[in-house]
Amino acid sequence: MSDSTAIAPGAPEAAHHEHPPYQRHHFESVEQQADATNFAMWLFLLTEIMFFGGLFTAYLIYRNWYYPAFVAASHQLNIFWGTANTAVLISSSFTMAMGVWCSETRRKSGLVLCLVLTFILGIVFLGIKTIEYKEKIEKHHVPGLHYSLNSFLNPDSDEAAKAAGDKPLPLDMARHTELYFFLYFAMTGMHALHMIIGIAILGFMIFKARAGAYTAGHVTFVENFGLYWHFVDIVWIFLFPLLYLISRHAN
Amino acid sequence: MSEHTEHGAQHGAGHVEHEHHVTPPIVYIVIFVTLLILTGVTVGASYVEMHVFNPIVALLIGVVKATLVILFFMGVKYSTRLTKLTVGAGLFTFLVLIGMTLSDYISRAWGRW
Repeated sequence: MSDSTAIAPGAPEAAHHEHPPYQRHHFESVEQQADATNFAMWLFLLTEIMFFGGLFTAYLIYRNWYYPAFVAASHQLNIFWGTANTAVLISSSFTMAMGVWCSETRRKSGLVLCLVLTFILGIVFLGIKTIEYKEKIEKHHVPGLHYSLNSFLNPDSDEAAKAAGDKPLPLDMARHTELYFFLYFAMTGMHALHMIIGIAILGFMIFKARAGAYTAGHVTFVENFGLYWHFVDIVWIFLFPLLYLISRHAN
Repeated sequence: MSEHTEHGAQHGAGHVEHEHHVTPPIVYIVIFVTLLILTGVTVGASYVEMHVFNPIVALLIGVVKATLVILFFMGVKYSTRLTKLTVGAGLFTFLVLIGMTLSDYISRAWGRW
């Protein structure tokens, strides 16, 4: 409050001040605008951390409660596809970081290339996720009316369960595998939704970048989108071990 | 008049505070390769029987990877003190929330579900 009154006398002068077209009038300088936007982006990401954090906490508690069910259910996930997707997502984070560098050093074609690569890698991630979801649908591992306990009551009839050496679970424990898959779809689904939103924004950015919007000194938008994209990467960095890996050896 | 001087000084200070840092590509490449190696390590570690340490090792590697992404890809290492404080305060609050929730579950109903 005191800040705004202190600055007010200088305001008319600031209005006459020369500034680039991408600087808003109410900012003192491009640097101030970049700092304020960066700060706001981080505040948004913190709300996202709290949101995903709630899901992770729920997963942690339920995994400890219904441990055998969560172990057996996680054996249904395919480590190959999970690892491949992790590599794809890390690569997309790298191409995005390179995009920010291209924008900073005003390389227009480099920026467009980086954004297109990030876009493609994002699509590849979703494609692999679709393969995994399809398998879950076919095996009736989607929570709901058609959920099947077969893989957990008769593990010998299920390839993945047999390979992991699962023993049949008692019925009341087997039923809790549905909770694992509920959390699996909630967490990976929310993550995928963030990817879809990110890919849509990337598409928009590719058009703007081709027109030269981000290679004339205005880096903030690319930079802050990069923050969002890396954040989505970080969520996956924790989802991957927690969902796919940590129950490999727990029998 | 004094207001103008003060104004000018603030403006100058703003410039000193934020010199836009350009991270060179070599840093991104090194971090990228490190992240891929750590992904391999975490997958490999999951095939080694370590009992209770399997999840701990997996989470530790995850924390290292996330830290690398935050510091370098997201550029927090080279950002303003405001950003550093924001990230730090956010992570601290996040850990407090998770820690308190878990301590509640551990102390109240653990083993009685």
